[in-house]
Parts: sequence; C-alpha cells; structure tokens
Amino acid sequence: MTGGEGTVSGNRGLDLEEPLIFEQDVSGRTGVDLPEPGWVATDRLGGLRRKGPIGLPGLSEPQVVRHYTRLSQKNYGIDSGFYPLGSCTMKHNPRLGEKMARLPGFADIHPFQPDSTVQGALELMDTLARWLKELTGLPAVALSPAAGAHGELCGLMAIRAALEARGDARSRVLTPESAHGTNPATAALCGYAVESVPGNRDGRVDFGALRERLGPDVAAVMLTNPNTCGLFETDIVRIAEAVHEAGALFYLDGANFNALVGRVRIADLGVDAMHINLHKTFATPHGGGGPGAGPVVLSEALAPFAPVPYVVHGPDGFSLVEHARGSGSGPLPLGRLKGFHGQFGVLVRALAYMMSMGGDGLALASGDAVLNANYLLARLKDELSLSFPGPCMHEVLFDDRFLKDTGVSTLDFAKALIDEGYHPMTMYFPLVVHGALLMEPTESESRETLDRFVDVVTSLAARAKTKDAEFFRQAPRLTPRRRLDETLAARRPVLRWTRGSDETTAKGTS
Amino acid sequence: MAGLWFTDEHEWVRVEGDTGVVGISDYAQKQLGDMVFVELPAVGRKVSKGGEAAVVESVKAASEVYAPVSGEVVEVNGALAGNPAAVNEDPYGDGWMFRLRLSDSGELAGLMDRAGYEEYVKGLG
Amino acid sequence: MRYLPLTEADRSGMLDVIGAPSVDALFRDVPAGARPGTPFDLPPSAGEMEVERHLSALAQRNLSAGCAPCFLGAGAYRHHVPAAADHLIQRGEFLTAYTPYQPEISQGTLQYLFEFQTQVTMITGMEVANASMYDGATACAEAVAMACRITRKRRVLLSGSLHPHYRDVSRTLMRFSGVQVEALAPDPVGIEDLIGRMDDGIACVVVQTPGFFGHLNDYTALAAVCHEAGALLVVAVTEPVSLGLLMPPGEMGADIVVCEGQSIAGPVGFGGPGVGLFATRERFVRQMPGRLVGQTVDADGRRGWVLTLSTREQHIRREKATSNICTNAGLVALAFTIHLSLLGEAGFARLAELNHARASALADRMGRIGGVRVVPGTFFNEFALTLPRAAAKVVEELAARGILGGVPASRFYPSYPELEDVLLVAATETNTPEEMETFAAALEEIL
Repeated sequence: MTGGEGTVSGNRGLDLEEPLIFEQDVSGRTGVDLPEPGWVATDRLGGLRRKGPIGLPGLSEPQVVRHYTRLSQKNYGIDSGFYPLGSCTMKHNPRLGEKMARLPGFADIHPFQPDSTVQGALELMDTLARWLKELTGLPAVALSPAAGAHGELCGLMAIRAALEARGDARSRVLTPESAHGTNPATAALCGYAVESVPGNRDGRVDFGALRERLGPDVAAVMLTNPNTCGLFETDIVRIAEAVHEAGALFYLDGANFNALVGRVRIADLGVDAMHINLHKTFATPHGGGGPGAGPVVLSEALAPFAPVPYVVHGPDGFSLVEHARGSGSGPLPLGRLKGFHGQFGVLVRALAYMMSMGGDGLALASGDAVLNANYLLARLKDELSLSFPGPCMHEVLFDDRFLKDTGVSTLDFAKALIDEGYHPMTMYFPLVVHGALLMEPTESESRETLDRFVDVVTSLAARAKTKDAEFFRQAPRLTPRRRLDETLAARRPVLRWTRGSDETTAKGTS
Repeated sequence: MAGLWFTDEHEWVRVEGDTGVVGISDYAQKQLGDMVFVELPAVGRKVSKGGEAAVVESVKAASEVYAPVSGEVVEVNGALAGNPAAVNEDPYGDGWMFRLRLSDSGELAGLMDRAGYEEYVKGLG
Repeated sequence: MRYLPLTEADRSGMLDVIGAPSVDALFRDVPAGARPGTPFDLPPSAGEMEVERHLSALAQRNLSAGCAPCFLGAGAYRHHVPAAADHLIQRGEFLTAYTPYQPEISQGTLQYLFEFQTQVTMITGMEVANASMYDGATACAEAVAMACRITRKRRVLLSGSLHPHYRDVSRTLMRFSGVQVEALAPDPVGIEDLIGRMDDGIACVVVQTPGFFGHLNDYTALAAVCHEAGALLVVAVTEPVSLGLLMPPGEMGADIVVCEGQSIAGPVGFGGPGVGLFATRERFVRQMPGRLVGQTVDADGRRGWVLTLSTREQHIRREKATSNICTNAGLVALAFTIHLSLLGEAGFARLAELNHARASALADRMGRIGGVRVVPGTFFNEFALTLPRAAAKVVEELAARGILGGVPASRFYPSYPELEDVLLVAATETNTPEEMETFAAALEEIL
C-alpha cells in the first residue's frame, strides 16, 4: 500500500501532502508589507553588509497559513485525543492561560523596563512563588529555570554551592536505576560521579542498598517520587533521614508532582530541593517540546544559594534583584542561570491555572489523576502484565510479559494503538522492567474515554495472543506516514534542506 | 576465526606480530542492532586494558568498546565512518575498529579463546 | 470544576471497580505525617471570569510598550508580530503536542523543526542547526561547554561585547566543570584586543555581533587566529533581524553561532519564553547539545522526518550526554519559522533595512542634543549614548512621562562607575518618526 493510492495528487481526503516551505518559493512573493526604509545618507554598517542572498523562500500570507495549517493536521495533540504518555502529564491546557499571557500588560512589556512600570508583572511572580511555597511547604523558590532539567541543574548547583560553602564539596551523587536520564546528566554537569541504586522487588528504591552506598563523599541523593514506576517511595522519610545523617542533601525530581499536588506537603518528606515542571503539573502547553518552566523550591539551608533574579518587596513596592549579593564571607550564590527573568509567559499561564483550580481543585485533580490510573490498573491488569501490584499513583506500569511468544513487541503494540486513534503510552521506560508500557491518564480524561481505551487495548492484546504478529509489525497503516527509517536517518544525517536536494520522494504538491 | 581472543565485554583481538586488531563480537553486534556510528580513538592514544577506547552507536543506544589489552593505537578503520554497517555485516573482518601496538602480550592470557567465548555467550541465555 | 470530567457518580463507580473505599485510600503509601491535617492556605477555585478579572488587573498595572514609545533593546527587541504567526501557533495540534517521539503522528512538528533548522543555517551562514534551546543565554553557555568538549581545553575567553546575561549564564554553567572563564571588561567603544590574548590553552573565544553596546565588528581575523591556536570562535547574536542585512557569522569563520530568536519569534513578553538558536559546522554535529530532526523515508518510501542522532542526549547517554537539556522551545521555534516564512528573502532584507534606517535617524537626532554623544561608529538598530548625568535616573524621569527611553548600562554593570552615564537605545520598525521626536524632545527637556 502506498500513500496516495487511488488519488492523482497523493492526497487522501483530509490527509494532505505538503512539501517543504523552501520548495514553494517564488521570487518576488512576500507575506508581509513593510514601509519603504527611506533614504539613509551613509549606512553605519562599517562595510559589513551581507553580500549574497540568504536563500529564504518567498510566499504570500495565504500560502504560509495553508502550509502550517496542513502541517498541524499531521500532528496529534491533547486536543486531538487521549494521550496517556507516562511521565509526561499530558493534561488539558486551558485556553484561559493563552488569553492571559497575551494581555498587552504581560506580552508587551520589556524585561528591562524600570521596575516602577512593571509592578503587576512582579506581583504576579511573587504570587506564583507564594503558591509554590505553600504547596510544597518549602521556604524559598527560584522561578527562573526554563524547564525540568534546568531546574534540576539549579537545585543540584545550589546543593554543591552549599556544600562548598561548608568546605565539603563531596564527589558522588546517587540516583535510582529507574531515574530519568536528566538526573545523571545533571549530576555530571555539576562535576559529580553518578552511582546507580538498584530497586527492590516492589518497584521502589532498595533502602538497604541506598544506605550502603551513602558515605562522607556523597553530596546528594536524587529521587523521583512518585517514582517512574508510578509508585510512591514508601521509605522516603527513612531515606531522607539517612541522607541527612550522612551529611548529604536530598533532591526530589518533581516531574511527577501531579500525583501529590494539594495533598502532600513536600517539606514533610525531608526534601531539600525539588523542581516543579509547570508544563506538567500546572497545565501549561508542551508546545511540541517546549517551552516549559522548572521553578525550584529550596529549603532554608539552600535558600541563600538561589540564583538571580528574584522579586523582593520593599516600601516602594516590588523590585527585582538582578545581581548576586557581594562576595565577602557570606554564601556565594549561584549567579544567573537564564537570560532575563525566566519563562514569564509560562508563569502567567500556570498562575491562571492555579487560581482557576484553587487549593480545593488542585487536591481534587491529583485525586482524579490517581483514581484514573488505578482504574486503568484494575481494568487492564488481567489483559496486560502489571509490573508491580497497586495501588499506583498517577501512572501505571505494565511490561511485555503478556506479549511473550507472540512475536509482537512493545513497540509494535504501541504502533497499533496509533491506528486506533490514540497516542501511545511511554515505551521502554523505565528501564527496570522489560518492554515497559507506562500509562498516565491524568485527571483530564472522562470515565468513558478510559473505558473505550480499555476496550481497544483489550482487543489488541487478544489479537496479539493469536500470534498475528504481521498485523502489528505493519502498524501504523492509517497515519500521514508509516514507520520511518531511523537507521537511515542516523547513518546519513540530512539535517537541513538544500537547493537541488532530492525532491523525488516528495510526492505531494500544494 | 582462528587467533581471536575475546573479553567478557564482547570485544575481540587478533594478534598480528606485535600488534592486535580489535573489534566487537557477532553476539554484541546482534544485541546492539543496526549500527549507525562508530567513534574511534585517535591514532597515538594509549589505552589500558579494560579502559574505554571506542563507542558504537545504534539508533537508540550507545555502548563503550573497552580495550581488550593495553597498548597504543596505531591505526583505525576509517572506512567505518562511511559504512558503520560493516560492524553488523562482517564483525570479524571489515568491521574491525582499531589496531594497537601491544604493550604487554602477557595480558592475552586473561582472555577467552573462541570456544571459551561461545560457551560464555551460551551461559548468557 | 470545569477542567475535571469525573462526576461524583463516576468516582464512586470507579472506586467500586478498583475495590477501594475512597480516593484517599489510594494514597495509603504516603506517610500520614506528609498529609497535612489542615488544608493548604490557598484561595478556593474560581471561574474563568474571576481569574481573568484578577489577572487583567495585574496586567493593567504594567506600562505596556504599546502604550508608550519604547526604545528598549539590550537583548530583547520589540518587532511587529504578524497576526497569522500568533494565530497559527495556537492551533491545538501544535500547542498541545508533546516532543515528537512518535514520528508517524508528529510529522507536523518534525517538518517545521526541519524547516526551522534550515532557516537557522541560512541566516547564520552555518552548516547544521539544532531544533532549539531555551534561550540565547543558555545556548551560549552550551556552546562554551561544547567547545571545551571538542578542544579538551579548560579556559574560555568572553569578550566585553558579550551580553552580560550570556556571560553570567556561561559562568554559572561552567562553575563546577573545572573550566576557567575569563570575562573581559565591558567594552563600549569596541577596542578590546582579543587577538593579543590568544594562546594555546584557550578552548574558545565568545564574541557578539552586533555587540552589547551596538557596534559591529568583522571577526574574520579573530577566527583565523583562533583556528591557528586550536580554539573555536563562538559568535552570539542577540538581534537576529540584523542578519537580514549583515554578513553572517558563518562567513567570518565562526565555529558555533548562538542566537536569541525572540526578536523574530514574538513579543518581548518580559523576557521569556524566548528561543535559543544553535548552529555549528557539520564536523561538530555529534558534540552538539539538543534535539535534531533529520530527513528519512517511511515504510512506503515516502519522505518524512524523525528525531535523530539521539545518542548524544540525556535519555540515552545519561551522565555521558552532551547536555542535560530535554525540553526545548518548540512552539517559539514555530513562531520564528512562520514569521521568517512570511517575510521571505525580500521581506527579511527590508525589515532589516528599515530597522537600520530608523536607528540611524534616531542616532542623528540624539547626537544633536546638547551633552549627548552617540558612542559607536557602527551599529545596526541599537547604540550606546553617553549622557551628561546618570542614565538610570534619566530613564526613570522618562518613564514618568510615559516614555520607555532605553536601558541604562548600570543595570548590568553596577560596579563600573564609568558606565553610569551610558544609555542603550534601540529603534525598530515599530518606532514611528513622531515617537522618536517625542523621545528626543523629552530627553532635551530633562537634560
């Protein structure tokens, strides 16, 4: 079967082929009307004027609008359907956030206006900070990190700075083997050797193994809770105590905060630092990969090491502190992690969500997220193979034992779900089980959606057991593109379009 | 495949005079899948037995290749840059990675011969 | 609760299926001590109307640049954002998609990122570009780290022309790496001697064009000296509209170009989110941070796109990854791409010309004010002025008159008294001749 079977154009109804923007170039077209620059006696470019053309294509506005509209139709978003991508918290993105972020008083203010002209923006940052501190019980928050991994970097750097300030930088960081890849990558950036801690049979960190690895050279333990198996780390308080006894600090990866928000006070778990992915827990859009925001809450001990900038309140209202406090004998703060003042537009969206939900709504949401995951667990545990017994938290982990001897892999199974109109669950992560299928339904899904999904998964699992492996291997069949050759892409990287490059495989026209 | 010595990390070395040619085993290439890139050491670099010497990459994984014995890199298989698939297609021939001038041929004694390695792989299930 | 579909009836029915008495019972693994007896001290849920009222009131307490003549730059530039660009990025299939890990249902994201990568290589004059970073400053820091990986050297040299935020973020990222970051003093007149400071121990030199104080330099000779010494030349660009008019850094011999894309992508937005552009030479691609989209074919032989060369990244390489970066700025990259597609070759060149013309006119006018001096001899759309008194004070007085009249250098360099009188002023296509006259007249009065 080929793409445009039965059609002259290569299109299939609403599935429209669309060439690259560069392949639609007609010299002389433009999609923007600008005034004449006017006459300049002599330019001030110092002879550095560009000599050749850039090569950008010329298109009119209707062509550009159609191009990107067609591209959007080749995408699957939360707006399109159920997106149970474990570890990613694909919840509904309220459009109120989009509207608020576009208010001229937020979108059209410059980062270097005098503080006196941006009091509303500074108050918004201060209010958001207050919400995050209240929800976690930790006394300080750095708002500027741009994403989860950036927040991890902020938290771990603060830990290292604090340890160095007491003359004891230490050399190792412990992470569980089920950790997100960003944890070890971040620890390495902070100059630490990374050691992995095995899990136990219940899918949690093996406390004994962790304690054995603790020592005077361990700077921090980084833990995700609920962990990447979707389970609450039941030993967390003991872990925190052991970490502190060893003189180390306790970093919590807050990627899965959606299970706990409004119900569990992070400070009570003995945590020193935790980042919060606003684009997960607080419903700001993922945007095809970003932008996000990753504020970090910090304990009393780490607060003096927070990066600039931050908002303070004085007699003249709010102001921004943009320079780290002087050297001298005091603690040496981190300095700056991000240009300007952080992901302000994301902060606006997150606060709009928080205010909409309120303290009561946030607790209801985390409850529903956990309820939905446990409902999937209950309804699928006999159809798939559950990795660890429940209750789970906001996501549920299955593995590929149910596919044993069927010739169908986790990947094939997931690709068949695409033909059924679903975004697949997270596959092959975490690494602690074989052929992982990690489902996170979030609180945004209705019971009807979950029931239909369960029916589809159940019948696909039954089909797999008939050993119809070819059916699965050929999936997906109904998508704008079928399985793509990733080996070819990596062996002969083509990372940009060049004039005269092979266009023969582009069958569509506009 | 005579004259090949194997490590338990699935590298092989074939001794030629005072040098040894190094690659990864057929078992290893099958485990890793389609190779897309091989990062080779610089000629002149000294590597010690068990130390990281090269990296092989498939689409979804990257694995270190450890030096089976100590020595100085005297030649690398530049053809792998254009054709990393050679590691899959001919792991003991065109898929070789680098040649070492051995600094201690006594180290070979700790390696497995072919029969021993096959037995070892069988044990891995 | 408008965002939550479950009803009480749903919840109790589902609990029956699960076999749990209550939702609270599902939290039994959480220690009781961490489940507060008293509720959190937070306001209750609110309707859309109430939230909108509250946030709109906050927004109104800011002086938005649309309501005041605005001449602020210093790394964030206010340009006109075409209506089509902002509309298209709000399509839910773009807005609410995750990272394109399932290429069969993500060709939209993947294709626009491939177009973005191509556009970035075109305007910078480089060979490969990634699918975006957080912002220009973090991209700059990543470039420094990458140069150290490639050269295996432990010292880097930052020009005084580099944006101080880029300098500070680079310093922070390298703080625990054992790399020595040498930052030169701010250089408002463009006379620093980087070539004279080169030696074999330097991993990279980082410069900016146009420089932080506005001037333009040809870095061709510096690039040659860097390469001679085995170092890389990193060029930062905070105003990419300049690339419509100026020789691209790639032509000067840059090895890595980093750029803040906000000025093309969208509104100033109080400084975020922006989008980091990151471009380099093909031979360095495997040392590059961030995601990359590559072209390939599908099972039916049709052209398509996938994320590729992922073994550099943290989710595979963990502690050996080229960076810990995961999230990028995909949606802002989309806005960047759409605007550049609307502009096209002719529009981009004209936009740049227009910016230079407006800034030239403003510089001429400012130069006629008594006691005011235009510092750089060359510039694009931003330049430094020296005033007869402290610039920060003057800016406050202008703001009181409803004019956003530039950024005082002292905001970035509080410990350099000699920069107290320096004001950075930018003009773009959004500034009308009338606005410029209003600004100049107010400045004349204040001084």
